[in-house]
Amino acid sequence: MSGNIQLLSDTLAAAKAEDRSALIAYLPAGFPTVDGGIAAVKAALEGGADVVEVGLPHSDPVLDGPVIQTADDIALRGGVRIADVMRTVREAHAATGKPILVMTYWNPIDRYGVERFTAELAEAGGAGCILPDLPVQESALWREHADKHGLATVFVVAPSSRDERLAEITAAGSGFVYAASLMGVTGTRASVGAQAHELVGRTRATGTDLPVCVGLGVSNAEQAAEVAGFADGVIVGSAFVKGMLDAPDDAAGVEAVRALAGELAKGVRRKA
Amino acid sequence: MPSDFFIPDPEGQVPNVEGYFGAFGGKFIPEALVAAVDEVAVEYDKAKHDPEFARELDDLLVNYTGRPSALTEVPRFAAQAGGARVFLKREDLNHTGSHKINNVLGQALLTKRMGKTRVIAETGAGQHGVATATACALFGLDCTIYMGEIDTQRQALNVARMRMLGAEVIAVKSGSRTLKDAINEAFRDWVANVDRTHYLFGTVAGPHPFPAMVRDFHRVIGVEARRQILERAGRLPDAAIACVGGGSNAIGLFHAFIPDASVRLIGCEPAGHGVETGEHAATLTAGEPGILHGSRSYVLQDDEGQITEPYSISAGLDYPGIGPEHSYLKDSGRGEYRAVTDDAAMQALRLLSRTEGIIPAIESAHALAGALEVGKELGKDGLIIVNLSGRGDKDMDTAARYFGLYEEGADAEVPADAADTAEIEGDAR
Repeated sequence: MSGNIQLLSDTLAAAKAEDRSALIAYLPAGFPTVDGGIAAVKAALEGGADVVEVGLPHSDPVLDGPVIQTADDIALRGGVRIADVMRTVREAHAATGKPILVMTYWNPIDRYGVERFTAELAEAGGAGCILPDLPVQESALWREHADKHGLATVFVVAPSSRDERLAEITAAGSGFVYAASLMGVTGTRASVGAQAHELVGRTRATGTDLPVCVGLGVSNAEQAAEVAGFADGVIVGSAFVKGMLDAPDDAAGVEAVRALAGELAKGVRRKA
Repeated sequence: MPSDFFIPDPEGQVPNVEGYFGAFGGKFIPEALVAAVDEVAVEYDKAKHDPEFARELDDLLVNYTGRPSALTEVPRFAAQAGGARVFLKREDLNHTGSHKINNVLGQALLTKRMGKTRVIAETGAGQHGVATATACALFGLDCTIYMGEIDTQRQALNVARMRMLGAEVIAVKSGSRTLKDAINEAFRDWVANVDRTHYLFGTVAGPHPFPAMVRDFHRVIGVEARRQILERAGRLPDAAIACVGGGSNAIGLFHAFIPDASVRLIGCEPAGHGVETGEHAATLTAGEPGILHGSRSYVLQDDEGQITEPYSISAGLDYPGIGPEHSYLKDSGRGEYRAVTDDAAMQALRLLSRTEGIIPAIESAHALAGALEVGKELGKDGLIIVNLSGRGDKDMDTAARYFGLYEEGADAEVPADAADTAEIEGDAR
């Protein structure tokens, strides 16, 4: 069974056709529980997210700030397994028909087996993966299996990426390009700087057809509108997770996710 | 003029250009760090071929560090090691008290060449942190050291030393609150501040070029030891033994002996409470290949690639990964790795203290315990070099608690005479 890379591309193209940015939400699987995580993913999609990245928690999340570290820690102490991540993808996709990606570090997939992982993710209805510590030079084996199973390989580009690397990365990637708005780990920021705008421009200048979506630091509708002014998609993670961590109970956490998705969905349609 | 003390690997076949030692190594890093890591590789390559760099580093290694370090024969200790001759390579006598200064001075010079003004580093036992803080004081660089919260407690003396030297010490409270988590936090800092910051990595792990570069800076240990043992004993040793956490002092001792097929290269990993208990940090004994901190190597992990929490009484060895060149040496059969328990290391620590008047670091005591085993295997004709990678001052609190030295009358209870072999070899606490 082939994965949903086409659904991902179609979804991003549809947003573009509506002259707006897509809203992409990140939520870790297994947080606060596996079922609670599935409810949160569905709420994000029902609330207005076009795409969700499901995090596969890792013991050593070196690219994540304290908010996502805390959520990963709760999920891992709760015993989350890769099978739970697959169930999260399957149920969220089945309930909403929307594209679901997995975001994780390379070691869990390397250990699990690339063929086994890609086959199971495609079978669950997944659309692809974001693997921020797998640089393009080390990615040949992953891409071979992702391509075989119809899964997108979304690479991250950073403000420090030189133009020749941007060309290599956009040539090897699929689905979309994840442009990191700033140099740093995940987490909310007061402002999303001019670095993001410049990076999106340099990425597009490679001639790539891939949509360029911006993540890191975006937490509210105003920032979403600002980023929507120059990017094809707006990626929000820590703000969703923080809403869940701050909620008095799990049900309120799910509603916080739904409400934030609604607010951000308006933001990406407004354009600053 | 060829350098006497900065002696990088002349072969240069491993790692290959992608940073692979056989199946191990590579560069598994976020895109945000690619430019910085590439810059380190380019600048190190330039420095390696620049006689001025070698001259500057040699000058520091001689006149600041105090190289060459002594090779000390320890006959009273060796009497408990099957009668084999045992020599210690005295990296504990370097300025700052361990081998770590060799690498730190090299990378600090590199930091200046790259025009960076801030240095960050991880530390476990605090030896790398102290060496880094020292070099930053010497060169006028801003310095931030990440250290697991548990390690800041068990190595409090080194925390005070780093702060005295002007470094900021950040206690890391995530994960197992030890070395692995300190490295995670240092990487997070580096991603955010890479413009002006060099990550002065302290061991032969991490992404290429760190494993090869850090090895090159420590290669002097084995080059000196090889020359010294030929002068003193008239032949090559049967075994070169070192403790292994990330593996920097071990690769430093081993590397010059790799072409000498008769010399066994033996790394001693921390078995903690025993490998069978699960409370250990014996990565090559009990791990599987995986990716941690930027390279592929053996890693302590579960069946889904989550890193498992290591344990060792020694903060410097309490790490679930290991440098990729050690994985390569293990799989090729050139290196041998065995696991040494907390108890065996502590007994060796006390034995060396009482027979030779040298208090070793708990890390190095793992290698001494290995030497006691290997010496008995070799018998009285055996010849062994042990890398005494660090001094034990920082470990006095741990050792005092372990042996009850703070208790009233402890001096009477603990056997003062090393001839009391059964006591030293066999007793519990």
